[in-house]
Amino acid sequence: MEKFTTLTGVAAPMPLVNIDTDMIIPKQFLKTIKRSGLGVNLFDEMRYDDDGQEIPDFVLNQPAYRSAQILVAGENFGCGSSREHAPWALLDFGIRCVISTSFADIFYSNCFKNGILPIVLPQEQVDALMQDATKGENARIAVDLESQTVTGADGAVFAFQVDPFKKHCLLNGLDDIGLSLEKVASIDSFEAQAAQARPWV
Amino acid sequence: MPKTLYDKIWDAHVVHQDTDGTCLLYIDRHLVHEVTSPQAFEGLRMAGRKVRAPDKTIAVPDHNVPTTPDREHGIENPESRIQVEALDRNARESGVHYYPVNDVRQGIVHIVGPEQGWTLPGMTVVCGDSHTATHGAFGALAHGIGTSEVEHVLATQTLIQQKSKNMKVEITGSLPPGVTAKDITLSVIGATGTAGGTGYVIEYCGQAIRELSMEGRMTVCNMAIEGGARAGLIAPDEKTFQYVMGRPHAPKGAQWDAALAWWKTLYSDDDAQWDKVITLRAEDIAPVVTWGTSPEDVLPITAHVPEPDSFTGGKTGAARRALAYMGLEAGQKLTDIEIDTVFIGSCTNGRIEDLRAAAEVLKGRKIAVKRAMIVPGSGLVRAQAEEEGLAQIFMDAGFEWRLAGCSMCLAMNPDQLAPGERCAATSNRNFEGRQGRGGRTHLMSPAMAAAAAITGRLTDVRDLVGEPA
Ligand code: SF4
Repeated sequence: MEKFTTLTGVAAPMPLVNIDTDMIIPKQFLKTIKRSGLGVNLFDEMRYDDDGQEIPDFVLNQPAYRSAQILVAGENFGCGSSREHAPWALLDFGIRCVISTSFADIFYSNCFKNGILPIVLPQEQVDALMQDATKGENARIAVDLESQTVTGADGAVFAFQVDPFKKHCLLNGLDDIGLSLEKVASIDSFEAQAAQARPWV
Repeated sequence: MPKTLYDKIWDAHVVHQDTDGTCLLYIDRHLVHEVTSPQAFEGLRMAGRKVRAPDKTIAVPDHNVPTTPDREHGIENPESRIQVEALDRNARESGVHYYPVNDVRQGIVHIVGPEQGWTLPGMTVVCGDSHTATHGAFGALAHGIGTSEVEHVLATQTLIQQKSKNMKVEITGSLPPGVTAKDITLSVIGATGTAGGTGYVIEYCGQAIRELSMEGRMTVCNMAIEGGARAGLIAPDEKTFQYVMGRPHAPKGAQWDAALAWWKTLYSDDDAQWDKVITLRAEDIAPVVTWGTSPEDVLPITAHVPEPDSFTGGKTGAARRALAYMGLEAGQKLTDIEIDTVFIGSCTNGRIEDLRAAAEVLKGRKIAVKRAMIVPGSGLVRAQAEEEGLAQIFMDAGFEWRLAGCSMCLAMNPDQLAPGERCAATSNRNFEGRQGRGGRTHLMSPAMAAAAAITGRLTDVRDLVGEPA
């Protein structure tokens, strides 16, 4: 997994609430057995018309946002299915950070497994950043994971919360399977005990 | 200290706890399907790791499989075929329990697990699928997980988790006639919103929940995720034990007695602390349908399509967008909305009881829609429905009688809506494009979907079966 430390870039505004995983990556693209290559189909049904032509109005099709690295979105981003194809598609497009007032649980934890930082901020602060985002390339947003801050285009600094373990893994690009396997002795002894206590499992 | 049911199951599965509260939780059952697992098995292979507990891992293809009888000759769509073949290879190489496409026990993973007795009270159950919450109906802590977590569980049989908050959802009293488990679960989401449960594990309780069958309880827990909660729970009781007893992988003999003794301790203590409590009266719940593109867009069938301006916050824009997508006008009577297609099935409502409820409405009647299909949740549900004569009722009414799978719930196989096609569906999501690009979905119970099939429009099933409205 790629580390996440700091990021300064263009943010794309998506003020819709309840952006679900079917919008982020529709199911016809879940048939892949790979993790890569999903970026072209990110937000496919909003981004392309029935003939596969780009819809010029859609934010990521506008010249200013074609290389956006940050999304600022309405509440409950990523609701719906557990598909990790959603963060894979965001990452493949180049998005490394999503800012919203709230995220769906599974999507939120899937982001951290893929080097994407989801940031939760209060409504007024998301509104301010959404305002910045509408200015396109004229307004860059800076994210610093170590200090847990987002800096808006006009220099306003917003602090955000992040779980210490998730932060540690993201900062260092750690694979958490490796970390859990360091505890294999605990797993072995739990399994032995459980086999006594609940042999039917 | 008094504990909730969630606390009790959690405590019994903590392998290791860090100082910041992050836990390594032991996983008793890992269910696997073809869409969210290939990258996990691949990751395992690349790292030279093995499946730690193949005996606790169950694999079944469901999302991609065709539901037409010709599927025994193979899957035509090359990408779907590759994905199902990948599962086949991964399952066989790793030695997990496996139900291939042509096995009569094949079906939707959340229907197969309980049916085969893999899901038992007090267990931790995970699957790379958000509707894993279904298994909570047994008093099992069941989470949906992403593919990286699937790989983590395959490698370690554990999951890194932080404890959620406890929410109690109590449904008091008894359901009126014509009102079902689906109406309960949709009404709860209507009351809390799709983000209302985020960060919580929900325990459903109260008389109306106790009175539900196991099938109904699975329907309720299935949609905990649509309310934002990763897991829903219902304390096990006699009905649960009766359902589990004698299933192929349920404990037997002395082990059954030991299991039962523990299962009987699995309930929330009277004085347990809740972070949030929601109470609904069963008498107030009506048969409901969704009108928009989020499961929280739910209204009693007797209502009208709402005005977008009647919503606050970001919802006004979302409602306007939803009405445009759904091709509806504010103020329109819900019962005036005409339906093209009816889909009865999915892990929400593809069990035998759901098919019985639909058959009761359809018996001796004919459909008035362009197409209608019943997709049983498993091969065994299908066999039982045939034995009970339900399949004949469906076919006589004009329904297609399909093989088991996810089918038009998410339209990854050929069962899809055309743009603008309007569907009465018993599944769980009405998102834009969920059942096919441009397709329009109204969620409802099997009885309500059957009623819509008969009249060709959204219909109050109570009018059709002559129950008092
Ligand atoms: S039936 Fe639908 S919701 Fe259930 S597992 Fe299949 S696709 Fe998911």
